[in-house]
Amino acid sequence: MKFAWPRTFWRSVFLLVLAAGVYATWIRITGGLGASTHLSDEFPWGLWIGFDVLCGVGLAAGGFTLAAGVHIFNIRRYEPIVRPAILTAFLGYLLVIVALLYDLGRPERIWHPLVMWNPRSVMFEVAWCVTLYTTVLFFEVFPLVLERLGHRRPLAWMHRAMIPLVVAGVILSTLHQSSLGSLYLIVPEKLHPLWYTPWLPLLFFVSAISVGLAMTIFESWHSSKAFGHQLELPLLAGLGRLLAVVLLIYLTLRFRDLERRGVLGQAVEPAPETWLFWLEIGLTALPMFLLFRASTRRRPRSLYWCAVMVIFGFVAHRLNVSVTGMEAASGATYFPKWTEISVTLAIVALGFAAFRLAAKYLPVFEPAREAAEGPARPEVALAAAD
Amino acid sequence: MSLAVLFDSTRCVGCRECERACAQKWGLPYDERVAAEEKLSERKLTAVVTRGEVYSRRMCMHCLDPACASVCPVAALQKTPSGPVVYDEGRCMGCRYCMLACPFRVPVYEWSRPSPRVKKCNLCQERLLAGKPTACSEACPTGATVTGRREELIQEARRRIAAAPNDYWHGIYGLREAGGTAVLMLASVPPAQLGLPADLPQEPLPALTWRALSVVPDVVGIGSILLGSIYWITHRREEVAAAEGRREPRRATEDKRS
Repeated sequence: MKFAWPRTFWRSVFLLVLAAGVYATWIRITGGLGASTHLSDEFPWGLWIGFDVLCGVGLAAGGFTLAAGVHIFNIRRYEPIVRPAILTAFLGYLLVIVALLYDLGRPERIWHPLVMWNPRSVMFEVAWCVTLYTTVLFFEVFPLVLERLGHRRPLAWMHRAMIPLVVAGVILSTLHQSSLGSLYLIVPEKLHPLWYTPWLPLLFFVSAISVGLAMTIFESWHSSKAFGHQLELPLLAGLGRLLAVVLLIYLTLRFRDLERRGVLGQAVEPAPETWLFWLEIGLTALPMFLLFRASTRRRPRSLYWCAVMVIFGFVAHRLNVSVTGMEAASGATYFPKWTEISVTLAIVALGFAAFRLAAKYLPVFEPAREAAEGPARPEVALAAAD
Repeated sequence: MSLAVLFDSTRCVGCRECERACAQKWGLPYDERVAAEEKLSERKLTAVVTRGEVYSRRMCMHCLDPACASVCPVAALQKTPSGPVVYDEGRCMGCRYCMLACPFRVPVYEWSRPSPRVKKCNLCQERLLAGKPTACSEACPTGATVTGRREELIQEARRRIAAAPNDYWHGIYGLREAGGTAVLMLASVPPAQLGLPADLPQEPLPALTWRALSVVPDVVGIGSILLGSIYWITHRREEVAAAEGRREPRRATEDKRS
């Protein structure tokens, strides 16, 4: 029992994080936003929006990216990893909604945008996208439950609705990922010029695709460790190749935008923003260069660490837009209170736990029933490649 | 009929009667401690700000095309035809996007209340509708704050600058800032010295987000057709194979696990 210790260790960490989260939730409920956050009139949006919502939605982007690739573009060989990606997306969106409940001043009114309309508001678009796409994801995940319970007839019926559902999911995701960037179009004089750009929606969309691919590599690695099945290395190497291209497109857009607006010079000025900017760019450019090398894509461990860097680079960009890039103009300094961090950690931990449970009890790592015939694919064992 | 307020800093003596009248109207406690806080907060919906020898006022500017009203997902904030930008607390879910979006940093939040609301000046909408000036205008002993029609107040402001060109910074703050506001300000110094945001775009801010939002219908329409077409094309080979009654040859890597 070589792994007995780490398992108990992670289990205790999980319980500790959860207990702290419950206490922080108590403070949020009884003391309001004032007692549970460091938000202020000068700095009304903090970690819960910047990380839990903006990054949470982005990290769920693997679902629509892979669904589009397999079901629309018919790139069949990625089918084995569509289901985990869609499950991640569904859980991600549920947790984003949980985070929103913490952040809204009147969480019991979260349904208001569905009946009280203002189509001029980006937040209105965001609210509708969250609602509709979570519904779409539910119908994409639900067949797993039906399969598990052996209900064949509704399964066949749902299978027919799959393509319109996937199309709707891709459209809604495109709108949602980009609209999170559009949220910040209204603050040209508050957001630092290294981050404020009319191209924010485009940058948010492209970076979401990159992090969706990175998350798929990340979770495939972890599931293969946790459940002991083999890593789909040829598939992940293919994703790594695609990821390198998407990162190249992203960085080209990013620098073309800075050059176009004539603010490239600000990237070398001695300011705290400069360091954060280069941290963000470094965490995006380094994995891109590595992923263009075949030797990186062949090794699961290198592939995994590249994915981790892409995820951190993505989080850095979204936090720079939502938090650090807004600080200078706000005249306030914001650093999240422990309760904000604690709730965030608990939400992330719940995400991991929910994925684990779902993967254990639902046919997540099995192909869809209709396509179960055919010979087994040759796979490269994780241990052999390591 | 669009009503507005003109604040002339050169006539302000810093007596804070406007603050007191405003607090009274909203039923907020007003004492020396509150008076000493020279910023907007849930306790104070207008504030007199001392800048050296010069006094300035902070209050909602009641933009002609307000960012706060455009960003509110539930339309809790509305620009009324008579001028005021008003808030309906029954709709608000507390997303605080209005606070982020306001170029003048006006809306404030009741951070400590269990059911918090956004708070901001409503230009005394109820008094304006009754034909009365705002509470702060009525309380001002020196005529530094006056209520009137926006076009007339702009003429009045120009007259004052023309009559005493040496006493004024030559500009009316609020004429074009963020697309123009219903609160207009005159002072002896440039707006930046009053602590007002000086480099705001002259275009209304909602235009910035509208440019992105206006392409949504096209993304839905063209996007659906594009994706549907791609599906149709990429799956054609299988349809042909099925029609000819044969299975498509598969490469080993394209097979699924069983």
